[in-house]
Amino acid sequence: MNILVYINTASNLAKSALEAVTYASKIGGSVSVVATGNADDTTLATLGEYGAQKVMIDRSASADDAQQVTRLVAKATEAVNADVVIFSHDLIAKAVAPRLSVRLKAGYISGAVAVPDMSNGFSCKVNVFSGKAFAQVAVNSAKKIISLLPNSIQPEKAGAACAVEAFDGAVGSAAIKVVDTKKPEGEIPLPEAELVVSAGRGMKGPENWGIVEDLAKALGAATACSRPVADIGWRPHHEHVGQTGVAIRPNLYIAAGISGAIQHLAGVNGSKVIVVINTDAEAPFFKAADYGVVGDVFDVLPKLTAAVKKFHAAQ
Amino acid sequence: MRTELLTFATVKSVENMKILVCISKSPDTTSKIAFTDGNKQFDENGVQYIVNPYDEWYALVRGLELKETLGGNLTIITVGTAADEAVIRKALAIGADDAVRVDADAKDAYFTAMQIAEYAKTNAFDLILTGKETINYNGSQVGGMIAEALDLPFVSLATKLDITGTTARMEREIVGGLQVVEANLPLVVSCAKGMAEQRIPNMRGIMAARTKPLQVVAATAVEDLTTYVEYGLPAAKSAVKMIDPNNMDELVELLHNEAKVI
Repeated sequence: MNILVYINTASNLAKSALEAVTYASKIGGSVSVVATGNADDTTLATLGEYGAQKVMIDRSASADDAQQVTRLVAKATEAVNADVVIFSHDLIAKAVAPRLSVRLKAGYISGAVAVPDMSNGFSCKVNVFSGKAFAQVAVNSAKKIISLLPNSIQPEKAGAACAVEAFDGAVGSAAIKVVDTKKPEGEIPLPEAELVVSAGRGMKGPENWGIVEDLAKALGAATACSRPVADIGWRPHHEHVGQTGVAIRPNLYIAAGISGAIQHLAGVNGSKVIVVINTDAEAPFFKAADYGVVGDVFDVLPKLTAAVKKFHAAQ
Repeated sequence: MRTELLTFATVKSVENMKILVCISKSPDTTSKIAFTDGNKQFDENGVQYIVNPYDEWYALVRGLELKETLGGNLTIITVGTAADEAVIRKALAIGADDAVRVDADAKDAYFTAMQIAEYAKTNAFDLILTGKETINYNGSQVGGMIAEALDLPFVSLATKLDITGTTARMEREIVGGLQVVEANLPLVVSCAKGMAEQRIPNMRGIMAARTKPLQVVAATAVEDLTTYVEYGLPAAKSAVKMIDPNNMDELVELLHNEAKVI
């Protein structure tokens, strides 16, 4: 089986890119990578360690233009005669993979969380109902497309550096122009954070967020919030995790003063470990938690911050 | 006179903008999720269907705001059966001008997208909006598929959308920041939180919705590229371990040695 992985690169390789290449090599067969971005050849060659046989790079294509990337990946699919095309399920994949599906008439499984089952046809496990259930989705077409949910598998090194070649994707002109990019200063972006400290209405007001930020800083975590808190303007909308906000899958999710409505759980139930701090012992969130603390957030959070600092000092 | 004409010519804009908003039904966000028929079907017993929140709160409401400031017409389209008309009326009550239902029981994103693209091909829309995903299938597929079928640019997960003349300016959250992009109409955009605020339909809207045009069109023959074979529920979590609020050292110790996350 021939497998093609698309990745976008900066000066270095994102963990999600290493996950996608590892995933492809677990399917079995010949793994090629088609890349955009400005990583140098030496960096790209390290993808061989994760199972890639070769990397084809087109540095002229804009990853922000879904049509350009679609043309590039379609041409690469043809070049390596790929049976399966793999993406990481990110903003680029959400624009490119559906386009590629139409262009190649290839069934697309988005947000896969496991390696495909090929014992009877070709199917893959995905989360549905916002993480409240899962489904096995089969592809009926000869060519298949999968986007892998980040943090579903860990990158694994298996081989040695591979060949890197320039590839002309014949991408044409870009229809989407990037006018500006704003980077928040010193914050850890929520979707890629491994540790997240989140708080809700139990904080009583935006002026009290200092103790949430203190804990996040001590842990090296990102901050998040519940929907009511974003809606009343205590916190920015991009921090809202839940069914209608951002869905996250960190290793650790600490929820302070959040009752745990079903809509909130839908955005965080992919977290590996959940800690809930709430004054109300009956808060529904405790049912979804691994560790629970019944107590006042204004008392517990500073104590937890102190304990984390003590732990780091002792390491 | 002549200068006036020239001035007009430079401010090229879309007159009577035609906006298409794609809506899907989804179970109410509080629905109990269960399956029947040997885990092959979603159990609809007791489930209330709503307009998928991303389609309604963000795509539809932003489409209406644009229509209200720029003028034009907003059509909603869904691929569904007669049972879905309650959901269509809700979207009309919020303010859409008219509705199209492609008569089919959609099971696959490709099938759905091809039906919508087929309708859009003959109706030349300036702007096609979708929600970023449905809350039941979470696929994030239909918008991009429509764009490819119509050979239009597509911007995924926009959190802001403004139109000046024939140019759309959008914001979207990228890894570690915010990106501002521009593209010319016609265009397909999928809409995420930040785009607009939820609107509650008023009585006048609900009354008006009853008589707004709802066109039912036959589906075109398209094969499903994917099949949902089986569903399941995640394994129940083991019981929560309670920690004394005065012993945060123990919590840190457990997170380090037992959970191994710090």
